[in-house]
Amino acid sequence: MVKKISKIPFNGTPEQEARLKEVINESKHDKSLLMHVMQQAQLIYGYLPFEVQVMIAEGMDIPLEKVYGVSTFYAQFALSPSGKYSISVCLGTACYVKGSKDVLAKICEKLGIEPGECTPDGKFSIEACRCIGACGLAPVMMVNDDVYGRLDPSQVDGILDKYMA
Amino acid sequence: MEMVNIKINGMPLSVPNGISILEAARYAGIEIPTLCFLKKINQIGACRICMVEVKGARSLVTACVYPVNEGMEIFTNTEKVRRSRKLTLELILSTHDKKCLSCVRSGNCELQKLCKEFGVDDEDYFKGENVRYDFDDSAAHMIRDNNKCILCRRCVAACDNQNISVIGANARGFDTHIGSAFEKDLADVSCISCGQCIVNCPTGALREKDETDKVLEAINDPEKFVVVHTAPSIRVTLGECFGMHLGTNVQGKMVAALRRLGFDKVFDTDFGADLTIMEESNELLERIQNGGVLPMITSCSPGWIKYCEHYYPDQLDHLSTCKSPQQMQGAMIKTWYAEKMGIDPKNIFVVGIMPCTAKKFENKRDDQNASGYPDVDVSLTTRELARMIESAGIYFNHLPDEEYDNPMGDSTGAAVIFGTTGGVMEAALRTAVVKITGQENDSPLEFTEVRGLQGVKEATYSVAGMDVKVCIASGMKNAKIVMDKVRAGTADYQFIEIMGCPGGCVNGGGQPIQHAVVHNFVDLTAIRASALYETDKAMPKRKSHENEAVKRVYEEFLGKPGSHKAHEVLHTSYVPRPKYK
Repeated sequence: MVKKISKIPFNGTPEQEARLKEVINESKHDKSLLMHVMQQAQLIYGYLPFEVQVMIAEGMDIPLEKVYGVSTFYAQFALSPSGKYSISVCLGTACYVKGSKDVLAKICEKLGIEPGECTPDGKFSIEACRCIGACGLAPVMMVNDDVYGRLDPSQVDGILDKYMA
Repeated sequence: MEMVNIKINGMPLSVPNGISILEAARYAGIEIPTLCFLKKINQIGACRICMVEVKGARSLVTACVYPVNEGMEIFTNTEKVRRSRKLTLELILSTHDKKCLSCVRSGNCELQKLCKEFGVDDEDYFKGENVRYDFDDSAAHMIRDNNKCILCRRCVAACDNQNISVIGANARGFDTHIGSAFEKDLADVSCISCGQCIVNCPTGALREKDETDKVLEAINDPEKFVVVHTAPSIRVTLGECFGMHLGTNVQGKMVAALRRLGFDKVFDTDFGADLTIMEESNELLERIQNGGVLPMITSCSPGWIKYCEHYYPDQLDHLSTCKSPQQMQGAMIKTWYAEKMGIDPKNIFVVGIMPCTAKKFENKRDDQNASGYPDVDVSLTTRELARMIESAGIYFNHLPDEEYDNPMGDSTGAAVIFGTTGGVMEAALRTAVVKITGQENDSPLEFTEVRGLQGVKEATYSVAGMDVKVCIASGMKNAKIVMDKVRAGTADYQFIEIMGCPGGCVNGGGQPIQHAVVHNFVDLTAIRASALYETDKAMPKRKSHENEAVKRVYEEFLGKPGSHKAHEVLHTSYVPRPKYK
């Protein structure tokens, strides 16, 4: 699936930038360390927005398009931040046949964002995930570490309202 | 060179050790089809069309990257090989937008050619879900249609070879597509409009923005006085579009064709080139005498100019303020010539025939309108001109040879060689030496040190006791080498020539498209360049300052090189551009 690019304004801190610069300085002698730098950057910022990728491109002397190409090739890199509450809806086989797609659609509709995106206030992000090993509870979703099972779309409002406050 | 004995289709053969099967097959007179392979710049073995059988190998191997070794037995045309190639083509077609009827590359498409050769008659064999891509027509010079892209990555290699790298493969698997970082439009990244991606594309996924309609509209408008001028290199490349041998000079037929297309006047951009030399050599001497910014760098190539603006915005002072020959020509047509002929420049429509896609960007720049109207209204590539000639039903190969119109059809050998790397430098030297020494007859005509296709060339000439050190670079990879020195202050040259495309305009992004097999096995750029040097040699006048029309414009209109008037009409300015936005 093509990754969603976040439209949320970048708000990195000078501390984060200093940490990234340090990683780049340790690695810039060897372009093959690009993946390592990108992984560290994601740990620092939580995702890899345009501003961060430009810092990496300039620092490593690698064209921005190459950095972006890597970031869109590997599933581990995110172009959109995680929200304060990260929602994962399981689309594994068991959950899928039990209707998790409808649950996901309902959440997307309620929050006005699509899987892979974060709400503008930074509160919620949604992702579709693979089997989380709770097939007996299908369909399943998680909000951070809270697990909700045997869902149907009508329960979505109630669950999300708990976190809206 | 160590040789190895191999057999290709049973034919024994001795070839250099370590060359690829693809190259070895050439020795046997066999062309193995390729789609992704570009010698030296794209050797990725990705498209799988060049598969051949090797005796003892577990599976088919990619001929483009598989080296030969002693005793190897290769089969290029077995049933297994043919089946594999056909399957590959069917798979490529499953995601290809097969609009062949009107595709700009129809008849010159490498994919279409292979499908015909391998009898792929069921193009819907693997029909299924497809991703539809929007056109990217944001840039001034080109259109990207990813629906026709076969992901060979030749455009990416060409862009990387230019050191620009604003395009690449994004996402993965079925979603893989060629694009720019963060899916930005081409107009919003630091693309220099050189068009090297277009001339290396095997299909119609990349093409110049066709502006022939605008030209036809102007020709059909009785109010408009439509003037065309042709860049130096077009005369030795246009013939390729009509099946002529590489390096054929078709100047006379080209002029005849343009006249038959309905242009009111057919001029030679050579006039603009000669004028450029007058202004540029004067600017150089002034900078040397008055302690101006040195080294001075040529400004003929709009791809190079855009590169400098994006990547070396702090070094713009080094650029000559001279407009390019295309723009000088247009400016003179709409000022001096308009005045002479009593035509309102508003009603003059100037068309440049250029080897270049960046010229489409250049003619829309600010500060390129000496008469108050754009110096050049439309810039067409060699390919667009060929299409106009074809669609007008003009039998190009049978046309008589005709002469350019006066007065701006006058030309010199110096102007002709503008079309190849080192040509502007040589032309400038021919005139500068005469200016400095004052000796017309004894001064040298040929400066062989600045010729040739090496990426960076240097030479030092002693002129009247003064050492003039010059440097020539073509292709942005080489420009970077030189510009890093300029930025560091270690470039001890007086004058640098930089051309956007590797090898100069003869290898420009607007030139006729040759299939990869030509790029891989023939030195296309060298053949085209040598045709220009041959033309130069045969010219009665070979120095820019001998151009009669140039002499006249200084007498009647401009005064002298570098005059106030000349600055108004023939010089321009540059702007720093961001690398990212």
